[in-house]
Amino acid sequence: MIINHPLLGPRDAQEFVYLGDANLINRPDGLAEGAADAFYEYLYLRDNPAGEHRELWYHEQGDRSWLVVTRNTLTHDIKSVELARDVARKMGRSK
Amino acid sequence: MPNHRLKPLSPLGHDTPVVTTIGPVTISEMIDRALASVATRRDQDKAVAAAAKTLGIPLPGAGHFEQAGVFSSFWLGPDQWMVEAPFASHEDIVAILKPTFGRAASITEQTDAWVRFDVSGKELPSMFERLCTFDLRSHGTGSATRTVIDHLGCYVIIRGEALLSVIGPRSSAQSLHHALVVAAQSAF
Repeated sequence: MIINHPLLGPRDAQEFVYLGDANLINRPDGLAEGAADAFYEYLYLRDNPAGEHRELWYHEQGDRSWLVVTRNTLTHDIKSVELARDVARKMGRSK
Repeated sequence: MPNHRLKPLSPLGHDTPVVTTIGPVTISEMIDRALASVATRRDQDKAVAAAAKTLGIPLPGAGHFEQAGVFSSFWLGPDQWMVEAPFASHEDIVAILKPTFGRAASITEQTDAWVRFDVSGKELPSMFERLCTFDLRSHGTGSATRTVIDHLGCYVIIRGEALLSVIGPRSSAQSLHHALVVAAQSAF
C-alpha cells in the first residue's frame, strides 16, 4: 500500500505505524464534569466500519509526522491524507 | 590531572576513516562534519527564519537539502532541520548557533549520534534500489529523506549527480557499513 504523504509524496506503508480511529485526537478534558464517562467512550467505544474510515498513521521511519488517512477498509483505496496537526488546527485547537 | 593519551576513534572503530571501493562505487566513512538539530518552538517560525538568515544557514523545504557557504542543512520534519558545519571549525556547534537562535528554537548537538557514509560513483540507483524504498531515479540532487536501510532509520541525502550521503545511527555503524557493502557487491 502506498500512502501519499502531504509533504513528502508517495511513501511505502512499511514506513508507517497504524494507530487507529482518527477520533483518538479528540481526547476529552480530564477535569470536566462527566470525565469518567467521556474517557470510557473515548477509550473503548469505536466504530468499526466496513467502508470509509478516518484513521491515524504515524510516519515512524520518515519525518515522524502524524497523518489522518481516509481509507476504504474494504478496498484499501486511500481517498485523502492530511497532517494531523492541520486537522486539529481546523477544529480550532493548538495555534 | 591524569595525563590521558586517548586517541579519537572513528565510528567504525579505527583511527582513520574507512574507504571501501567496490566496482564503480566508493563508500567513505566521513568524520569532518559537525551536526546539530534545530527545532522551531511554538509560534517562533519568523524568529527562526531571521536567526538562520543572520548566520547564513539555509532552511530547505520538505524533503530537501541545501548548501550555503560553511553551513548546509536538510529537512527533518515540519519546522525541524539538521544543520551541518565543518567539524574543524564548528566542533562545539551548539555554542555557535545558540546565541543567535536564543529561545526561538531547541538546538541539540547530534555529531556523535550518527555515522555518515558518502557513497560516490555511477549507477547509484541500482545499488540503492536494493537497500531502501527511496527511489533515487525519481529524486534529483538536493533531495534528502529519512528511510529504512536494513532495519535502521537512516537519512539519505543526494548531494550531487554521483554523490550521496547515508547518515545512520552511529551505534550500528558496522551493520550499516555491511549493508552498503553487500548491496554494492550485489549490484556491481
